[in-house]
Amino acid sequence: MLVPVKWLKKYVDINMSTKELADRMTMSGSKVETVKKTGEDIEGVVVGKILKIKPHPNADKLVVVLVDIGEKTIQIVTGATNITEGDYVPVALDGGLLPGGVKINKGELRGEVSEGMLCSQEELAIPKSVIPEEMKDGIWILKEEYPLGKKIADVIDLQDEVIEFEITSNRPDCLSMIGIAREVAATIGTTLKYPSIQVKEAEDKSSDKVSVVIEDTEGCQRYVARVIEDVTIKPSPQWMQQRLAKAGVRPINNIVDITNYVMLEYGQPLHAFDIDYVEGHTIIVKRGERGQSFKTLDGVERKLKEYITMICDTKKELAIAGVMGGEESEVTSATKTILLESAYFEPEGIRLTSKQLGLRTEASSRFEKGIDPNIALIAAERACQLIKELGVGRILKGAVDVYPKPKEVEEKSLRPKKVNDLLGTNLTNEEMVQILESLEIATQDEGDVIKARIPTYRIDLNQEADFVEEIGRIYGYDNIPATMARGNIVVGRKTNGQIIEDVTKDALNAMGINEIATYSFVSPKSADKIRLPENSIKRNFITLLNPLGDETSAMRTSLLPNLLEVMARNYNRKVEGFKAFELGRIFIPRMEESSKLPHELSNLVIGIYGDEDFFTLKGIVEGLLNRLRITGYEYEVEKHHPTFHPGRCGSIVYGDHTIGVLGELHPEVLENYGLGKKCYCAELDFELLLRLTRLDTMYKPLPKYPAITRDFAVVVKEYVLVKEIEKIIFTNGEGILENYKLFDIYQGNQIKEGHKSIAYTLTYRHKERTLKDEEVNIVHDNILKEIKEKLGGTLRD
Amino acid sequence: MENKLKALQDNAKVEISASDSMEALEKTRVKYLGKKGELTEVLRGMGSLAAEERPIIGKMANEVRETMETLLEEAKKVLKNKALEQQLASEAIDITMPGKKIEIGKKHPLTQGLDELKNIFIGMGFKVAEGPEVETVYYNFDALNAPANHPSRDISDTFYINKDVILRPQTSPVQVRVMERVKPPIRIIAPGRCFRNDTPDATHSPMFHQLEGLVVDKGITLGDLKGTLEVFAKEFLGSHTEIKFRPHYFPFTEPSAEIDASCFKCGGEGCGFCKGEGWIELLGAGMVHPNVLRNCGIDPEIYSGFAFGMGIDRLVMLKYGIDDIRLFFENDMRFLNQF
Repeated sequence: MLVPVKWLKKYVDINMSTKELADRMTMSGSKVETVKKTGEDIEGVVVGKILKIKPHPNADKLVVVLVDIGEKTIQIVTGATNITEGDYVPVALDGGLLPGGVKINKGELRGEVSEGMLCSQEELAIPKSVIPEEMKDGIWILKEEYPLGKKIADVIDLQDEVIEFEITSNRPDCLSMIGIAREVAATIGTTLKYPSIQVKEAEDKSSDKVSVVIEDTEGCQRYVARVIEDVTIKPSPQWMQQRLAKAGVRPINNIVDITNYVMLEYGQPLHAFDIDYVEGHTIIVKRGERGQSFKTLDGVERKLKEYITMICDTKKELAIAGVMGGEESEVTSATKTILLESAYFEPEGIRLTSKQLGLRTEASSRFEKGIDPNIALIAAERACQLIKELGVGRILKGAVDVYPKPKEVEEKSLRPKKVNDLLGTNLTNEEMVQILESLEIATQDEGDVIKARIPTYRIDLNQEADFVEEIGRIYGYDNIPATMARGNIVVGRKTNGQIIEDVTKDALNAMGINEIATYSFVSPKSADKIRLPENSIKRNFITLLNPLGDETSAMRTSLLPNLLEVMARNYNRKVEGFKAFELGRIFIPRMEESSKLPHELSNLVIGIYGDEDFFTLKGIVEGLLNRLRITGYEYEVEKHHPTFHPGRCGSIVYGDHTIGVLGELHPEVLENYGLGKKCYCAELDFELLLRLTRLDTMYKPLPKYPAITRDFAVVVKEYVLVKEIEKIIFTNGEGILENYKLFDIYQGNQIKEGHKSIAYTLTYRHKERTLKDEEVNIVHDNILKEIKEKLGGTLRD
Repeated sequence: MENKLKALQDNAKVEISASDSMEALEKTRVKYLGKKGELTEVLRGMGSLAAEERPIIGKMANEVRETMETLLEEAKKVLKNKALEQQLASEAIDITMPGKKIEIGKKHPLTQGLDELKNIFIGMGFKVAEGPEVETVYYNFDALNAPANHPSRDISDTFYINKDVILRPQTSPVQVRVMERVKPPIRIIAPGRCFRNDTPDATHSPMFHQLEGLVVDKGITLGDLKGTLEVFAKEFLGSHTEIKFRPHYFPFTEPSAEIDASCFKCGGEGCGFCKGEGWIELLGAGMVHPNVLRNCGIDPEIYSGFAFGMGIDRLVMLKYGIDDIRLFFENDMRFLNQF
């Protein structure tokens, strides 16, 4: 909402600088976005009258103009085409200054002396969007006779300040000058002055000329019509044009300008019809018919819907109620009699209509937020007063006012104690009453309660809490002392799961892995990119109705695709080494119909590339599981996971559960993501990890007795898994095997083709005494025997 | 005899100082003090001396032996030091060569920012609550008193799965879920991912992060909200930080306020960072609307509460001077390694 300060001062006394006013208003709830000065830096620009226009002897596109600037007549060369002799125009004289620092100097144009410049509105810093159509590309024709030679800023109100307020959606009453003035008055403690409305009316009545029928009582609760005859359509006076322009509204003609002026002043949108186009001089408010089309005054054909409220006459549609008038009944320069509409339309209907048509106007945006139905008659009267004052029409007596169920002023009550309890203040009843009265809320103090009569424009005041806010904000939030909540001491903490998440992230960080964060949504095509089979349940995506695009249209069922996108992005940007993890949720639809929401399951993915191999990744996974004190899991060779290399993939199994999978990415997956390096990824079920993690532990005494170590190397067939050898080792440890470590794997000349040599160090130790060689030998030899028998291994010397 | 001992001592002295290695020194020791050494020989010859001479010569011989041993010990020390010096000199390295790279992983900057926020609020007695990212319209809008025509419900603002299910555009529904489940006193923060139908650019992202807080108990006031947020702002932005409560409108709180903090770069004087205003928008807050309390089965006649919410992404951007929100989700390692 743009509020020109000079205009605002017509309604309320302001005894402080605009800067201070802006600060105070912000702190009482009307946030000031900007304060802009208008008409600054204009010097040496005066009113002039064009006496004569002569062709330029040396240029077809230029003319030589003689301009009377009061004390003398000067010659100016211009390219303007919209001037005629006798026009009053702004003239920048030699040495004059225009906004933006443009300096005007006397000079010669193609051999003719030019002693200044005729100015356009744009050159005087009026925004293009509010310059009247006919002056957009030409000189500003003043249309009124001003004293010649007078400074332009003295005759036209160019110099001003415009405050831009952010009006929150609960305060549509502030979308008007009077609404803002009311807030100003309450904020700075001055009084609001309403315009005094007295209209000199003719003898004949509006009601003899028009009738109004509201068929759609749901869409329209009030319709006021007035008739103005003998209308003279012409530009409105400069003062009105300037106020409109500063408030961001383009002047069009006096009648349209007056309707806009009153809308800005009272917040009541008005519309004027040319009555000659209103068949039967009857207004019928009813619903539109689906499929019908209607041409609005911006010249666009619009398709109607059954729920759109229309203003019609006995034969046809005239306007889309509350949104925009029709082209046909629009006021033109030929209009003689107008029907002035001041109505209340139901907000939700206007909102839907405006959304449906993709058409938002100053009027519709006010109706859809909710205006005061009780202002309709006053606003119509105000418009008539202005028409009369400008002498451009004859006001017929009275109005046709159809208002079947007038909105009554409601009375609510508030408890001063409750107000103080919620604000943390000690305000007296008198202080509260004074604040409410300053907002024009009539009150009655009954001690324990204050009764408040809510003005009908305050649609935001419905219950006690709303008054708490009114009292708080006008009293000033800054004046409320800051305290700390009393009451029971509550212990702040994270849940066990949140702590395990932290431990997980710390452990992975310690192993050199960065955390990443990616979108919760993916492209459904990602299922193809990670080679999910057609029947994979992970293709069962939850999809968005209104996604930004295909890329972000499905809730992820795996964290891998986004991780791979990140790996590809880093790879393409020539990042050499990559180690990252993401801990986030996947979204799996629920089977049961009753539940609306999907399962959201925590998953963990890790991805690496660079000087790494499968075993780096495996080491990372094991390091994490070790930190979470998860033991007793096993690896199983996984040859059928679609995303991974069939010979370089394993799953991690815990009892009947699968913790996750890890492996080298399948070459096709690499290709799908444009990855030119081998990549290794792990995908772990974090929900399961949460259940298996044991953060508590007990100390085990450090060993007191010496250990005995034994090495061996065994040759087995190539396909024998290390896991099988290790299973034999640890199941035959007889309670004295402390640990075992693989230290060498060899394949080559000294080993039979198709075989490999695997070497281990085994450490034996007894907890309570020193071991003897002989007892170690028995256990160790047995292990070797088992390996030979079960795996067909031969010992190497 | 006496002369012989003296000569021996003199000779030994010369030879010890001439020994330039451990081996030579050992040889010298053996030559004089070994089993067949010259001094040993002399001592052996003591038997042939007269009885009265024996103690005198014996004492003298012992003194000579002690002197020799001392000299040998000293010479040994010198040689050892010399050898050590040589060894150390030969082992010198170029310490300006690069260190071996041990990589440390970093938490995502948003996680780091969030951790800091969590710690501040945990210190003030808040628990950390969580809720679903895919949420119902009821929990996100209806229960939170959002008018049926509130623009945030629009498909141009919020992502819909179907007419009843959305991606949450705020973490406020977590508040409702907690209030339904837990009896006051309640003191929680709810951090998490949120979604809004925004095309990504430098300041917009379809996914972003929020942290909301909720306190419900008997006798909670707007003053308490001010106090809590003042402590928070000073902890998070620095002890000189001041905050300003501007009245505002949110459907789920009444009264509502937007809170500005004095710019932590210029301290409130106005700089490029705060666009000359001296203040930066920090968060939105207010007293929990009685309708919301009622919707959650809490009697507003007995209890009151306050709630606040802030965008984590923006705060982390401010803190680190990050000028493009998209960097968070691109996850370039060179970006992440900076935090």
